[in-house]
Amino acid sequence: MSSSAAVRLESVTKRFGAVTAVDGLDLEIRDGEFFSMLGPSGSGKTTVLRMIAGFEAPTSGKVFLDEQDVTKQAPFARNVNTVFQDYALFPHLDVVGNVEYGLAVKKVPRKQRRERAEEALASVQLSGFGARRPSQLSGGQRQRVALARALVNRPKVLLLDEPLGALDLKLRREMQLELKQLQREVGITFVFVTHDQEEALTMSDRIAVFNHGRVEQVAAPAQLYEAPASSFVAGFVGTSNLISGETARVVLGREGMFSIRPEKILLAGTDEAQGLRGRATGVIEAVVYLGSVNHYVVRLDEGGTLTVLRQNLHGTSDQKVGAEGDRVTLAWADEHVIDLNPPSASGNHQEEK
Amino acid sequence: MTLSPLTRRLLALITGVALLVVYAPLMLVLLNSFNTSQSFAWPPTGLTTRWWQAAWESQGARAAIWTSVEVAVLATAIALVLGTMAALALQRFAFFGRDFVSLLIILPIALPGVVTGIALANAFTTMIGIELGFFTLVVSHATFCIVTVFNNAVARLRRLGGNLEEASMDLGAGTFRTFFKITLPMLRSSLLAGGLLAFALSFDEIIVTTFTVGQGIQTLPIWIYQNLFRPNQAPVVNVVAAALIVLSVVPIWIAQRLAGTDESVAAAH
Repeated sequence: MSSSAAVRLESVTKRFGAVTAVDGLDLEIRDGEFFSMLGPSGSGKTTVLRMIAGFEAPTSGKVFLDEQDVTKQAPFARNVNTVFQDYALFPHLDVVGNVEYGLAVKKVPRKQRRERAEEALASVQLSGFGARRPSQLSGGQRQRVALARALVNRPKVLLLDEPLGALDLKLRREMQLELKQLQREVGITFVFVTHDQEEALTMSDRIAVFNHGRVEQVAAPAQLYEAPASSFVAGFVGTSNLISGETARVVLGREGMFSIRPEKILLAGTDEAQGLRGRATGVIEAVVYLGSVNHYVVRLDEGGTLTVLRQNLHGTSDQKVGAEGDRVTLAWADEHVIDLNPPSASGNHQEEK
Repeated sequence: MTLSPLTRRLLALITGVALLVVYAPLMLVLLNSFNTSQSFAWPPTGLTTRWWQAAWESQGARAAIWTSVEVAVLATAIALVLGTMAALALQRFAFFGRDFVSLLIILPIALPGVVTGIALANAFTTMIGIELGFFTLVVSHATFCIVTVFNNAVARLRRLGGNLEEASMDLGAGTFRTFFKITLPMLRSSLLAGGLLAFALSFDEIIVTTFTVGQGIQTLPIWIYQNLFRPNQAPVVNVVAAALIVLSVVPIWIAQRLAGTDESVAAAH
């Protein structure tokens, strides 16, 4: 067991009545890392976050912070702070009052408190907003106040519960980079809950993929994408392109379930596909133009569909590569075929530890 | 929405009649308090402030008003403390029989006053063995005053959710600090509204009061009821009624202002 685990969960189970939200979970979050918990809604990721914060008590199992058993500790006794999904700013206090709250609780002298609050507000680019009420701020500004309010306490671990969910796409992208940079600067362990796979890939050092209260895989972003451990991970992180059964037997000559990422499949006859052998033939069912790329949905003669992604390198004339109803041959390199079968059967995919 | 001119006029007429039915009698009370005729002859034969002076000097009226204020203030205070605590317990914690307890708290407002009054009087005198008086009156009023405070607080707590309290605890604040620094300020306007309503309920309560008041104490409604049919006292009673009409405007105005601040709380959230 690593000596520097900021958070460790030991066979944690949480039931709400008949519903098992988290099921025998073991998880280790390293000191100083940006750790994301990714999964669809209802997969248990937020419940895990709330158990780390202390808002929910596990039905069984143990929670460790900094190797201290905190399973039975109240939220206010734990050295973690949370950025809530709806920010939960105190509407009757101004911005400085909100940011100072944690310091006032800890009886930090007024002058020092003010200084640290100003500092924290400056770090999220909100200097001069101290006297405003939360109701006078935009969504993005409230999000920053919530961040400053948590960070000003210099917690051991910062918990973020889908903090960017309410922001528009452009602002979200900006905040993603800012958050990542902020995390590097302060060096605090961030535990980030999101259902947005792109967000998780952008920011995280490591990602845990949740499904039905269990962790399917814990890995660095690139490994998660290139070597998903299960069909669920392959499908949730990126487009899955599953090949199984008869199709796998004919096209790949192997038994079981496999996946190939859309950008790794090439249309035979294009420049990129030169030197590669055609593997399968099919008919283009749909062409989806997405600006920088095109998606081709190809129905294979052997059954099933594969999505092919191709960059629009040469302008609109590129669309002539394939049109709906055209017959095409698909090509790919062997190393891009991802084996999704359980390790006992064939695989070599393990948790990255 | 647009209405045809005819519909609009018809609606205006109905509104006018309805308001007239409510307010004309009240205006009459105000007018009669200046009527020189002791039997409220219509139209008034002349105007005088004699009755106002008589009412001001009436010992019975003064004592009754003072008693009513004391009872209402104390009953409201008890209701504020217990109602808030009950609302917090029922909104923030899950426990066996929660819905049933909630029903039990609200029930007194629906029970007929006669039943509550007799039951309380019986329990006080026979079971507990205390004499009916000021104390029993306050306790009796508190039983239904709690309901308005409780209902207002529950509604606010439900709308706020538990998020702000969690945020406070997350920042290191314990249960008590969280209550006084976060929960209570968020509840303030709803408690004030509930408290005003409780005060008003207690102030004009007459049925439960009749059974639980005991000898020698008179609240204002009881004093009015007993003096209404004495020809000598009728003009004085009328003046007291007129004064109450004027005074009632104040809490209603405050309550409406509070409804305004509620909106801003909701917006901030």
